[in-house]
Amino acid sequence: MAHLKRSFGIGLWFMFLTLPLMVVRVNTLNHEVEWRWSNMIWVGICAFAIAWFWQFSIERRTARRAHVAADAHPEVEKLSLAQRLADDPVLSRRVLIGAAVVAMIFPWLVSTGQNYYHINVMVSALIFVVLGLGLNITVGLAGLLDLGYIAFFAVGAYTYALLSKNFDLGFWTCLPLGGLMGMLFGVVLGFPILRLRGDYLAIVTLGFASITKIVLENWDTVFGGAAGIAGIPRPEFFGMALDGRQKSVYTYYIVLALVALTIVVTTRLKNSRVGRAWMALREDEIACVAMGVDMARTKLSAYALGAFWAGLVGVIFAAHNNFINPDSFTFMDSAMILAMVVLGGMGSILGVIIAGLALKLLPEYLRAFAEYRMLVFGAVMVLMMIFRPQGLINNMRRKYECDTVEGDHDDGAK
Amino acid sequence: MTAPSKGRKLLEVSGLTMDFGGLRAIDSVGLDIFEGEIVALIGPNGAGKTTFFNCVTGIYEPTAGEVMIHPPGEKSRRINGMKPNRITTLGMARTFQNIRLFPAMTVLENVMIGRHCRTGTSILDAILNSRRAVREERETVEKSYRLLKKVGLADVADEFSRNLSYGAQRRLEIARAMATDPFLLLLDEPAAGMNPQETLELDELIVRIRSEDKLAILLIEHDMKLVMSISDRIYVMEYGKEIAQGTPREIKENPRVIEAYLGEEAHA
Repeated sequence: MAHLKRSFGIGLWFMFLTLPLMVVRVNTLNHEVEWRWSNMIWVGICAFAIAWFWQFSIERRTARRAHVAADAHPEVEKLSLAQRLADDPVLSRRVLIGAAVVAMIFPWLVSTGQNYYHINVMVSALIFVVLGLGLNITVGLAGLLDLGYIAFFAVGAYTYALLSKNFDLGFWTCLPLGGLMGMLFGVVLGFPILRLRGDYLAIVTLGFASITKIVLENWDTVFGGAAGIAGIPRPEFFGMALDGRQKSVYTYYIVLALVALTIVVTTRLKNSRVGRAWMALREDEIACVAMGVDMARTKLSAYALGAFWAGLVGVIFAAHNNFINPDSFTFMDSAMILAMVVLGGMGSILGVIIAGLALKLLPEYLRAFAEYRMLVFGAVMVLMMIFRPQGLINNMRRKYECDTVEGDHDDGAK
Repeated sequence: MTAPSKGRKLLEVSGLTMDFGGLRAIDSVGLDIFEGEIVALIGPNGAGKTTFFNCVTGIYEPTAGEVMIHPPGEKSRRINGMKPNRITTLGMARTFQNIRLFPAMTVLENVMIGRHCRTGTSILDAILNSRRAVREERETVEKSYRLLKKVGLADVADEFSRNLSYGAQRRLEIARAMATDPFLLLLDEPAAGMNPQETLELDELIVRIRSEDKLAILLIEHDMKLVMSISDRIYVMEYGKEIAQGTPREIKENPRVIEAYLGEEAHA
């Protein structure tokens, strides 16, 4: 009842708030004012419904929280789907193989003949997945907030563009070079900010991205200025000429291989001594250092490895688009990649992949609702942070096999 | 007031002074720890005990004074102003007064972090999953698991450390510190917030660590019963100055200490 009353109040309030916008319209031709009262009723009803649903959801969430808190055994807390998947090696292997097969035959599923729009969309999405996985190392695992990640992407892209333009180097030579350049810039950025934390760190990385963009825009003799660099060659395929669709398919496979490589590498790092040090650094810097972890090394390696993937995939981006200019590397893109990591769940590889695909593919396919898609996008993010602040997939715990004679894992028996 | 100095010296602190701006938090304090000893550092709140710990473990750089360590089988070193991770690597591990675990990591992973400075898997090793990485990983898990057994947390090894009870978190901190293979363990109020039963278990654990692992232990503690029962020697600080040192019996009878503690004792 209280909910209904409140929702009613909210409905009325919104009717009042939107009065000038939704109801009053001045017809400048006839010099008269139109009063669209029906709109007001609609606003009232919608606001009422949303407010009621909102309160209902909040109440349910609190109830669930209370239920969990009342539970005396934290061990029997409900396991998430992802956790159950990870705990079952057979099932997870099957799912993995299934996903791999779908990814392999994807170009033939969605395109026939010369229609390769969907492949290109997927290539862009996968590029952002790699970016998300790279940033996941810096932000998700090591907990170093980076608002200027796109700068490393730009470094990779411009490395390829400049090397191919000026020195006629091929794609495959430039791919590792782009990665190494990204890494170098990661270390360059990493050194001055070793002592910074949290907000300060975020501001410095933001500044770094701005500097990069301004240099690219204004140093036209080298970087082509705002007009960018055009005519960047596509990846070569043993000297064979490829037609439009084949080129896209080929790029698709390259970027898919890169995604696979990123997944393997980040998974291994995450489950190693190095990854544990990153996570410990994220959790508590002082304790981490007091346990003998070298902070400078750990932070620098997190920056360098995060930036490496951005540089690498930047080369592919330049090759895929044939053209780059500073407008491809805005703060909005950094924010988008960060959103992938946060929405996916800090440090979760699977979560970042899902979030990355969703964030890039949904706006693309929601073009029909072009005016509203950013609105929907924003609303989804807000709701997500309220109802699932830990991200899509989180709270994954890794279990270790231990084969000491006397040591037997029996956590399930408890 | 002579210390029953058995064995050789491990830690030698002399004239340690720490200023924060105009405030002298520690005023020329000296302290020695010998092999196999349990030494307690006590004093009223704000006496500078934790600051002393932070100076010795490298979190702060002391304004003046000498901190020397004599690791068994290695050459002596002056460790003033060394980074905390270097000091830990040299063999002194600590716990924190306000528990500082890694909450979103499992209990076992928390202990595994302690092994970080004793292992050397590089990034490349990890990416290639080299033989060294695999071997070290297995050894790390085994060693960590054994330590968990020692502190009685083996059955919650896969639980997130934030889900543990307070007493269990304190024991986990000890296990994590021990994973760094120290020769000296520094415990900052290990019994704070524990109930009498947990304190008793902790008492037993500390004594066992000393006898089984041949570790020397320096602890800050407010629980007088614990301090008096397990310490070999006690140092007392008040307002940043050392006011007494000696065996538990001597300290109990020291009028200076009684005076410093009167307020607190009356409450307790």
